[in-house]
Amino acid sequence: MDLDVRVPVGLMLAIMGALLVTYGLAGDRAIYTRSLGININAIWGSVLFATGDVLLLLARAAARRPRGRTLNEKRRDAAT
Amino acid sequence: MTLTWLDWLLMLVYFAFVIGVGVALKRTTTTSAAFFQAGRAIPAWVCGLAFISANLGAQEIIGMAASGAKYGISTSHFYWVGAIPAMVFLGVFMMPFYYGSRARSVPEYLRLRFDEKTRGFNAISFALMTVFSSGISMYAMAKLLQILHIFDAPFAALGLGPEYIFHICVVSSAIVVLIYVLLGGLSSAIYNEVLQFFLIVAGFMPLVYLGLRDAGGWSGVSAAVPPSMTHAWRGFGSAATSPMGVDAFGVAMGLGFVLSFGYWCTDFLVVQRAMAADSMAAARRTPLIAAVPKMLFPFLVVLPGLIALSVHGGVIPLKMYEGTNRAVLDALGRPQLDYDLTVPTLLLRYFPTGMLGLGLTALLASFMSGMAGNVTAFNTVWTYDIYQAYLRPQASDAHYLRVGRLTTIFGIAASILTAYVAAQFNNIMDVLQLVFAFVNAPLLATFLLGMFWKRATGHGAFVGLVAGTAAAALHHGLTLPTGAIAGVKGGWLGSVATYPSEMAQNFWTAIDAWTVCFVVTIVVSLMTKPREDRELAGLVYSLTERPHDERLPWYRRPAIVGLLVIAGTFALNLVFF
Repeated sequence: MDLDVRVPVGLMLAIMGALLVTYGLAGDRAIYTRSLGININAIWGSVLFATGDVLLLLARAAARRPRGRTLNEKRRDAAT
Repeated sequence: MTLTWLDWLLMLVYFAFVIGVGVALKRTTTTSAAFFQAGRAIPAWVCGLAFISANLGAQEIIGMAASGAKYGISTSHFYWVGAIPAMVFLGVFMMPFYYGSRARSVPEYLRLRFDEKTRGFNAISFALMTVFSSGISMYAMAKLLQILHIFDAPFAALGLGPEYIFHICVVSSAIVVLIYVLLGGLSSAIYNEVLQFFLIVAGFMPLVYLGLRDAGGWSGVSAAVPPSMTHAWRGFGSAATSPMGVDAFGVAMGLGFVLSFGYWCTDFLVVQRAMAADSMAAARRTPLIAAVPKMLFPFLVVLPGLIALSVHGGVIPLKMYEGTNRAVLDALGRPQLDYDLTVPTLLLRYFPTGMLGLGLTALLASFMSGMAGNVTAFNTVWTYDIYQAYLRPQASDAHYLRVGRLTTIFGIAASILTAYVAAQFNNIMDVLQLVFAFVNAPLLATFLLGMFWKRATGHGAFVGLVAGTAAAALHHGLTLPTGAIAGVKGGWLGSVATYPSEMAQNFWTAIDAWTVCFVVTIVVSLMTKPREDRELAGLVYSLTERPHDERLPWYRRPAIVGLLVIAGTFALNLVFF
């Protein structure tokens, strides 16, 4: 099976987002004076988490569609 | 500010993913075509994001913010006058020749179109240039991380002095790039560039938001800095009043035409990404897709410079002599700002632990994507255009694949060496970069004539390139920016003219080199024997069948998308006029 780049990108953003949200909700709030009182970890973390999930959903939808030539077939064609 | 476990964990997640992508692609990387050309099987949007990401090195992020703080929003000329029109031209007009000729690299196109010597000249200068630029950016990044002092505490805990930060940054990032390029070749570099693109945007977008909010929005920024900083074209009527020391003609011709078209349309580092696309239509769409986010990048990379000037009376630290508390003074005795620290200063100012880890990871990502771009372009040009062409033709595919992997190791080792040389002799690096600028500026004339004038000959191209390079050196040797001392900055042959700024001198050197190459190529071509028309099919505009775009939906037609992108760029110029 070929690698859809949306899978690693989506997974990475989702994991990073989840880490930031968890820390933002559970951790010390005093650190946010730096970010003008905004809990930037929780807010931006959830944006990243959502973006990652959307990418993963798109990759899954693409994998279900009937597809044309696979990456390997295209490579074989390009090599010949 | 110290890093916590969360910041380290975020960096670790990033490292795991970039190496993981390499591992996942290892299985399909079994031929030289897969290793060097990604099997020409990558979708357009992936190539498009890789196309801008490969150019989005740490020097771009740090340099553009620095320039934003120095010259203001005019820095966006590099995007709205420079990059975008060039990218559209590449997609609409030039890509059919690169992709359609079946050349595997830009120098190889030169061999097909002209001759062996023109290819050799380009291949050797390009290979050297990639190694040096990757080394220099490695040096700049490691130096920056050392100056920030955020790694001091963890290094001290391990019993290592701060000087080890430089070594470890250089070696560890080189090893990560080495691993993923060795495993998956160009596909791995491209996939990781997409990953890095998302990460860079994720890391810098909240920084711009927080900074802008602190500054009181765009109106707050406008109120805090002189009007010439927030208007892209104010004062460009003449060189004397322009913040960059160049008038509108110099910007349009020097930056907009020669330098930008020269880089975006002929530099294999970026063109390689488009050539990896899975079809001609996708290859042509690659730079056009890339142009859309590129158009908005000034808000991500230039705006931080203006923000850093506006908030709290300016937060950019003074430039200090290394290892002392003495500020560097300019010619008028005023202390200078260390503009390169603009982005890191903002990161440390606004980001709490967590986001700080993400921001630093984004910096690392930008640095690695730039480096991998250089490394993959280097291994391809070395293996196909130097090794296979001159040293060992006719070897097996497996042999070239092995050479490609070995070249990757060699290229990265040479970059590390360059980083250390740069740390020792700053001036030598300036000289080298200068020499390469001389080689690159005239190249655009060679390509334009090669692609659009079938009468251009190999002798014409070669003599034109050499003459253009010499003209660039001569122009540089005879001129000097105001206030500079003769030497690396110019004037080493005697100073005939002075320019108001270094940028003005660069632009005019490029214009000069281009013009000489253009004229000499035409003259010599007319005096030498042209090639038969049938040999040039697919290589020259008038002898190549036009791509049929009519059947494609409008949003996939290069000409229409190109026009939309140009219209958007024009609108941005008007908004910030």
